[in-house]
This record gives sequence, structure tokens and C-alpha cells, in this order.
Amino acid sequence: MDGTKFEDAQTGEQKIRNFNINFGPQHPAAHGVLRLVLELDGEIVERCDPHIGLLHRGTEKLMESRTYLQNLPYLDRLDYVAPMNQEHAWCLAIERLTGTPVPRRGQLIRVLYSEIGRVLSHLLNVTTQAMDVGALTPPLWGFEEREKLMIFYERACGARLHAAYFRPGGVHQDLPEELLDDIEEWCGTFPAVLDDIDELLTENRVFKQRNVDIGVVSEQDVLDWGFSGVMVRGSGLAWDLRRAQPYECYDEFEFKVPVGKNGDCFDRYLCRMAEMRESVKIILQAIEKLRAEPGPVMARGKISPPERTEMKTSMEALIHHFKLYTEGFHVPPGEVYAAVEAPKGEFGVYMVADGTNRPYRAKLRAPGFLHLQAMDHVAGGHQLADVAAIIGTMDVVFGEIDR
Amino acid sequence: MSEALQELAAQIEAKQPDAVSASEIALGELTVTIGASDLVGFVEYLKTDRACQFTTLVDITAVDHPEREKRFDVVYHFLSMYRNHRIRVRIKVREETKVASITDLYPCANWFEREVFDMFGILFSGHPDLRRILTDYGFRGHPLRKDFPTTGYTELRYDEEQKRVVYEPVKLVQEYRMFDFMSPWEGAEYILPGDEKEGAK
Repeated sequence: MDGTKFEDAQTGEQKIRNFNINFGPQHPAAHGVLRLVLELDGEIVERCDPHIGLLHRGTEKLMESRTYLQNLPYLDRLDYVAPMNQEHAWCLAIERLTGTPVPRRGQLIRVLYSEIGRVLSHLLNVTTQAMDVGALTPPLWGFEEREKLMIFYERACGARLHAAYFRPGGVHQDLPEELLDDIEEWCGTFPAVLDDIDELLTENRVFKQRNVDIGVVSEQDVLDWGFSGVMVRGSGLAWDLRRAQPYECYDEFEFKVPVGKNGDCFDRYLCRMAEMRESVKIILQAIEKLRAEPGPVMARGKISPPERTEMKTSMEALIHHFKLYTEGFHVPPGEVYAAVEAPKGEFGVYMVADGTNRPYRAKLRAPGFLHLQAMDHVAGGHQLADVAAIIGTMDVVFGEIDR
Repeated sequence: MSEALQELAAQIEAKQPDAVSASEIALGELTVTIGASDLVGFVEYLKTDRACQFTTLVDITAVDHPEREKRFDVVYHFLSMYRNHRIRVRIKVREETKVASITDLYPCANWFEREVFDMFGILFSGHPDLRRILTDYGFRGHPLRKDFPTTGYTELRYDEEQKRVVYEPVKLVQEYRMFDFMSPWEGAEYILPGDEKEGAK
């Protein structure tokens, strides 16, 4: 409705055309470089056209001219809020193509750090979404915990953000004993912080007014728009790849899959809060198992480097090390789609290998891409101010959407 | 897992014998190759059939094989949350062939098809809004084609005199470095220096 068809308009003031505004690309609530072209009828959103690609770096093209191992760090730069979860999908794809079994301890460390990544991502999302709708304290508290988790990242792999820790065949290095103790200690204190954030937000009148019944997603919407992760679970479908199609050793961990009921922004917030508590449980179980089961963390073979001590004495090991880091390993021809339950939803890697040391084609399937696509559908009919709340709970990060 | 997949593959082949040209199970994944003209009917069958129920579209992408006559593989991934299985559907198309859009069946195909158009230049017939999506406004070419150079053709910088951002042809200080680390004993495509005479014998 553009206002021109009102034949019965009495005054010029009644002939009002719809108003187009640009939301972003420099808007703090756009969670990155998102440009939304919004058509507004008063304060109601009539049409929402997201313009993405402002952070497009051509990752998939670059991957075609680099070896499998050189490509690994690109995965960190997709969803930079939870980097290791992306690496995980890449490693799983390579391992399935080459048929490499991952040692038990390597799997446990991967589970441990995937869950830390999930807490990292959910903490950022829940608290910054609260900031979008007007609460300033949660991000301050949440980021303090994120800082501690990033230090755990740093102590495992040397980098706070761009980890490159998961490698095809396992993980790069074993964890020191003290690190496990410290993570366990953190698991003891973290639920109290969650309770604090819970207390600030869950029953908060303003927070509820801004989130309850906003951006309702039905079961049909979930299917039509290809949602995954919390966007599905918030609408009452208990779909979690860790449960439904277990990868690594997730099938032996005890955790619940929290589901929402109404599929609105508030339910998605509650799901994320509950998932963080479940992640803490998984972390504790993983630590217990890691203490009980020492062993190798990397499958030694063609696709992984030899041990340092071996390189000092064995010529073959030295040659292997040199060839691995220059030529890289060869992956047998084939194609594979490996998906993980990343914090934001199903993150997948579709890889076509042609038998050389470089992927012929690698497609990165980002969950946020589909979530943002549904923006026109979900935000249509809402008020302009609700757009920020909806973007917040969709959990979009532009590193992975623009690739 | 693979038994269930074999059963599913057999069932699909039995129900859609005209469409399916090949199906294989590799690495625990079912891949079905179909004719490009049968796409919409086949996908609708996958979505509505009780045994399939592939109600979620996971991904659409393409793979470029410039040496083939039918240059592109367009690859669709579907997931059934109800039956808990996945399928990969592949069609082979020429560069100039239009692929039928499946946006009527799966609204989320919209952006995926835009992306495939943007990256490979494959046109989709019946798509409501086939614009570029990831590349710059006014971009030319299709970057994920194998004959598109990784460096691209244009670069942009801020011009101090004109006080605005200007587009220029790419100027490289050195050649784009594509190191060839392939072992000369396996897979190298060039002739080692000194070996030229070997072939003449």
C-alpha cells in the first residue's frame, strides 16, 4: 500500500507515501555490516530487503588455490565468535574423505572446545541482543566470562580468536593438566553468573515487552526457510545434530536439548540460556573423561605431522614434515558434506576433492545466511524497533554470511 | 545407515525412473543425478512423498568443470528432519542452459539461487528476483568460475585528489603466486628440465 490509491483522501496530509530507510551498514544493532532497505508504513515494516556481501572476502575462491591445511585458518574467520566449531566441520569433511579415525582423546578435546565455543557464541548473542533492546549491564557481565573462555582458547592453542587448533586427524596439541583444572573451576563459578544475567533479563518488564511475541517462527516457517539450530528449537522442534546425527563422540554425553514453545524472540533467548547450562554439563563430563583417558590426540599418518621427538632422529619423519607443510597431503577424489551443530545452527562444508593437494571446490554452508534471508518474512508487519530485536535473536554474524 | 539409504535409493529409482539417471552411495551419503528438465517434478516428489519427506533445503551450490561440454554441476542438498536422512541431488547443465527455480517449493532457495547466479552465472528461470548477492554493486564476471582469476579484474582505492573511492584495473606488483608443490613423480603436469628429450624417443 503506497498511499496513492486513497481516492477518499480529504487533505494533502492524508496522502502519505511509504518511507524507505537504510538500516546500516554502520548500525550498531546490525551486528556487523548489514544494510537493510526497509520500506515503512508509518512505523510498520512493509518490506525488508537485506543487502549483504559487504564483508565478502571470496573465501571459497581462495580455498581452491590453497592446500587443505592452509585453508583451515580461513574457517576461523567465518563465524569469528565461535571459531573452533567451524574448523570442526572442515576437519570432519577431510577425515571422512581420507578415512582417518580420530583418537579418543582428540575427540574429547574437540567436544570440550566445541562446547566452549557454544558458550562463547551464546554469551555474546544473548547479552548484545539485550543491549539492542535497551539493557546495558548484561554485555559487561557476559564479556567478562567470554574473556575467561578466550584465555582457555589461548592456553590450548596460543591464540585468543583465530585458533587453528582442530587439525585433520585430531587436535594440534594436548592440553596441560592445569588447564583442565581451571576449566573445571570456571564451570563451578559460571552458573552463578548465568543466574545473575537470568535475574536481570528473564523477568525484566522492558526486556519481555521487547521480546515476547516478536518475530514468531512457526514450524512451517522453519521448514520453508531452512532454519537450523536455536531458530528451530525455539519453535518447539527438538532438532539437534549432536543428537539426531551424532558426530565425534557426542552420543555418549548426557545433555538435554532445550526447546521453546512459542517460537518468538523470548523463547529463543530462553533456549540459548538453557543451552549454555547444558554446555557446562558437557564440558564437565568431557573433563572427567579426559582425566581418565590419556593417550594420543592426533592420528599419526599421512595427513598429520610426525612427532617432534621423532623428527630429531628419523630422516623419513623429517621429509614427511617438510612435504606435509609444503605440498600438503592429497585427498582421494570424492565429494562429501559434513555438518556440525555450530552455535548458530547447522554449519556444513561441502567439499569436492579431485585427488590433488587442494580442494577442487569447497562450499561453506552458513546457518546465518538462511536466517537472514527470512528477515522479510519474519520482520514484515513488525515495528521498526522490533527489527533490531529480531536481528539479535537470529544470531547473524557477517563473517559467515558473506564468506 | 547404508542399508536404509540403499532402500531409499531403490525406492526413489522405482518411483521416478524417468528422472533418475544415476544414484550412488559413497561415504554414507546418497547422491542422485537427474536430468535438468526433471528438476522441479523430482524435487516436489522428494518433498511430498511419505518415505522421503525432504522438507528442508540445506544448500544449493554449483561446481565448475570447464573441460566438460555440460560445464556445471548444480548440487542440491536436502534434509528430512522427520525421517532423519539426507540426500544430494545433482544436475548437469551447459553454460547457457536455464535451470528451473525451486523457489515456489522452498522459499529459502531464493538466496541460494541468487548466489549461484552471482558466482557462476547460471540463470534460473522463474526466480522472482535474480540479482547479484555477495559481490559489489556493479560487479562484472562470475568469480567462482575456474577461468576467473583469483585476483579479479578491478580494485578500488580512495583517491585523495578526487576525494572519493575510485575503481581501477588491478595492478599487481608481482605475479599472483600459485606455488606448485606437487611432487614431480606423481601428478605434476609439466616436464622436468632435462626430460624433454625423453618424450621424443
